[in-house]
Amino acid sequence: MTLLSNTAVLLGKELRTEFRSRELLTTTVVFILVVVVLFSFTFDPSVSESRRFGPGLLWLAFLFAASLMLQPCFLREQNNDTLSALRLSAGDPFAIFLAKLIANTFFLLLTELLMLPVFAILYNVRILSVLPQLILVFFLGSLGVAIPGTAFSAISAQARMRELMLPLLLLPLLTPVLIASTEATASLMDTKPELRRDWLGFLAGFDVVFLTALWLFGEYLLEE
Amino acid sequence: MLKTILGAVVLFLMIAFTAYLAFNYAPIEKSMGVIQKIFYLHLPSAFSSFVALGVCFYANLMYVFKRQPKWDWLGVSAAEVGLAFISVVLVTGPIWAHPVWGIWWTWDARLTLTFVLWLLYISYLLLRSMLEEPDKRALFSALFGIFAFLDVPLVYFSIRWWRTQHPQPVILGGPGSGLEARMRVSYLLVWGAFTGLLILLLNARYKLEAMRASVEDLRTEAEVQ
Repeated sequence: MTLLSNTAVLLGKELRTEFRSRELLTTTVVFILVVVVLFSFTFDPSVSESRRFGPGLLWLAFLFAASLMLQPCFLREQNNDTLSALRLSAGDPFAIFLAKLIANTFFLLLTELLMLPVFAILYNVRILSVLPQLILVFFLGSLGVAIPGTAFSAISAQARMRELMLPLLLLPLLTPVLIASTEATASLMDTKPELRRDWLGFLAGFDVVFLTALWLFGEYLLEE
Repeated sequence: MLKTILGAVVLFLMIAFTAYLAFNYAPIEKSMGVIQKIFYLHLPSAFSSFVALGVCFYANLMYVFKRQPKWDWLGVSAAEVGLAFISVVLVTGPIWAHPVWGIWWTWDARLTLTFVLWLLYISYLLLRSMLEEPDKRALFSALFGIFAFLDVPLVYFSIRWWRTQHPQPVILGGPGSGLEARMRVSYLLVWGAFTGLLILLLNARYKLEAMRASVEDLRTEAEVQ
């Protein structure tokens, strides 16, 4: 129970910090918008082409945005020398990760949902009829991005060239998430929308594997 | 020192002998022709690279729990040697694929997995070079190595569901697969030689890393005085 109450307090702190400045959310939204617009120049976004390439480029934009957005997650603690204070205050170090993880998933999901209508308009994709299913896919996908992302943000915060290191560590590892989320999103945006349970199950499996790894090895990631 | 030289000489003779076997003793494959000979390099390299990455994972785990520098040395040695073998696989694959499939590269499950593995272990080595403090470098790269290794089956299955074109396993495949007797002997011996090469390279790299660590220690000591 202490884990949950600790996590709740820390999550409150994460959300408060972000909503005071809203820096991360605004910059990420604009970044995704830029990428989505720039992508449209690389192919002809007719209806059939959009259906083929749209979901993939949307997820690629999310992945790139996430690798930038997760950057300050631990860097902020390090710059303000608050990491040891955090470790002392939380009984279980996993609570720190859990709070950051939930906050990151929430921020990612929020930016994705903000960008979804813009994407649907720019690329002529129908989304209203499958919105709940899409949100489910986005949730599982974002969680899959946020779990290793939060873990690696603790690693990259300690390295030189950290701004480049995080995408380099994170993006190859996220290959399965990219494939599964793209496939699931593509079949939902198809002319005959279908919820691909196999890919959803795969995403859930990915989340469980890395959440377990984070739970097992999280405390070592916080060593200074 | 004498042991290393002796080992290297024996290994050189073994590799020369197995190369002779592969080219002169084993028959030429019917449908693919001479290009199939590259399998005698491709398959043992792939095998050695997977063994090396397994060793790397084991060393990473041991470092996180035991915190002895020797596990860190073994981890980095295995990652570098494994990366070298994967590079051989990635180069010989397209050389074979171009005449047989008619294309250099295809995004098939095993090819893509190998490429992603290559990228993951390059990131591992890059991360090491970006962490200054030896203890930190050892711990964080070990943790990244563990995460990367866990990702391997997930990458494999995701791409397998997505598409696959690689030839089905011939050596341990179902009925109808199997090798001609002389080919099998050649493969087994090449395999043995490459496992020997893997051990030799790992051993040499491990010693080098140990020396580098002691130089680093001496330098910090000298700076303190």
